[in-house]
Amino acid sequence: MSSLSAWDRVNIARDHNRLKSQDYISVLFDEFYEMHGDRYFKDDSSMITGIASFHGLPVTIIAQSKGKDTSENLKKNFGMNNPEGYRKAIRIAKQAEKFNRPIITFVDTSGAYPGKGAEERGQAEAIAKCLFTFSSLKVPIICIVISEGGSGGALALSVGDRIVMLENAIYSILSPEGFASILWKDVNKAKEAAEAMKLTSYDLYKKNIVDFIVEESSSDVNHVFTQIDNYISKELSKLLSKNKKKLVNERYEKYRKIGIM
Amino acid sequence: MENLFKKRQERIALFKKMQGKNKSTPIKKEIPENIFKSCDKCNYSIPYMELIENKYVCPRCFNHFTISANERIRQIIDVGSFEEFDSALKTFNKDKFIGYDEKLNKSMESTGLNEAVITGFGKINGYKCAIGVMDSRFMMGSMGSVVGEKITRLIEFSDRKGLPLIIFCASGGARMQEGIVSLMQMVKTSAALKRLDENGGLYISVITNPTTGGVSASFAMLGDIIIAEPDALIGFAGRRVIEKTINEVLPVEFQKSEFLMEKGFLDMIVERKNLKDILGSLLRIHGGNR
Repeated sequence: MSSLSAWDRVNIARDHNRLKSQDYISVLFDEFYEMHGDRYFKDDSSMITGIASFHGLPVTIIAQSKGKDTSENLKKNFGMNNPEGYRKAIRIAKQAEKFNRPIITFVDTSGAYPGKGAEERGQAEAIAKCLFTFSSLKVPIICIVISEGGSGGALALSVGDRIVMLENAIYSILSPEGFASILWKDVNKAKEAAEAMKLTSYDLYKKNIVDFIVEESSSDVNHVFTQIDNYISKELSKLLSKNKKKLVNERYEKYRKIGIM
Repeated sequence: MENLFKKRQERIALFKKMQGKNKSTPIKKEIPENIFKSCDKCNYSIPYMELIENKYVCPRCFNHFTISANERIRQIIDVGSFEEFDSALKTFNKDKFIGYDEKLNKSMESTGLNEAVITGFGKINGYKCAIGVMDSRFMMGSMGSVVGEKITRLIEFSDRKGLPLIIFCASGGARMQEGIVSLMQMVKTSAALKRLDENGGLYISVITNPTTGGVSASFAMLGDIIIAEPDALIGFAGRRVIEKTINEVLPVEFQKSEFLMEKGFLDMIVERKNLKDILGSLLRIHGGNR
């Protein structure tokens, strides 16, 4: 474990040059066919969904996606999903269940989009339905938090059998800035907030919320891909061997035991 | 003739001056709390006895006052039928978050409750149900591990016993002080509701003012039937955050019950005086047990 502070990791997680979901998809999977639209309103491009092949095994990908530059970010709403993004995720997840495909999610958002249209179209309902639906899908689900896991918007894609976090990723109830301004009425205390919030991969591992940390200490980026690849291979074969009832029951218990005194 | 105009102008000036005076915001009347209560909305002074009889709704402007969880149970549940669950369950500040213990103690003292939700079993017009009522006076009704746990236990009770479930929501969202653990309560409660759903259980969510953030994005919005009280604030993101994001002032009705109804997210808006009977009827229609 390196000696980075929580605030250092917040900055690393938000770094524009950090790898995005689309990078992981192109490296980790042999084939990828993107699927679009929620069938009700529109296609939310900050949510990438589709079918891929993982060493020959068909899997479904659901990924929050930030842009690589400003123009892409404007299209992708800086990775902040709208309700139609979550509804697309639900549609594709149900499709995965129908065709018995495991689901891999990539979590990377500062939060669900706090916009007028988002509220009008039921942001709260869309997120709630994600939690509701994913909790009982009869296929294995592995969630990988690659950079920023912000609030309910990230939680919507974090209901699974395994939660993986990159070493320098963060996961929190809201942004350190929001936290500082709500609790301490001072946005400038974001750095202190980051420390108090226990939002690093190591904090979450200690709390038994994260199952595996992907080390980022090596300068070779391939080391990150190799660890993820190995983890998915190993865990998917374990999860696929379970009967569906057991799989869903164990997922229920995983969340059920969080927060019992 | 000139004089006439002068007089008229003087009168207009005087009138304008007086009009300006009347425009100033009315000062709340200083009347002993236990005799009258003034309405937050229209400032009407309501005799306390009348307010109680009117179920804490202003008789003039129909403003639904915030009420405690105990008062809600008194209004909804048949006298003598309520059995409370897990009332002793208290929050333990596991992460030793600075200032959290003080806030908890303050809320416990002022509300007389151990946490922001009361759960239990009761009857509505004779029909049995599992009921949870949140109390927004307890740390804004925020959901920490104890609130999540009590609600999950209630859902599991309802599932086990085959009893309909009713939850009165009132919450600012997930509890900041417990961080990620409180966020995870959203999954815990939603997963329990999914099980209840798959087993055919009825869940009625009653949304009251205010219900936002993590609670609206979990069990509040997952009812088979979703009811709201009039003019309740219901939403995911806070109003100020949205205004800052889109750089636009939002209309007054934004995120209010009537707005959500229009957008298709509520089944009905029910005035407080009719809530008990409507809930009783819905339980009966779903084959309720007496």
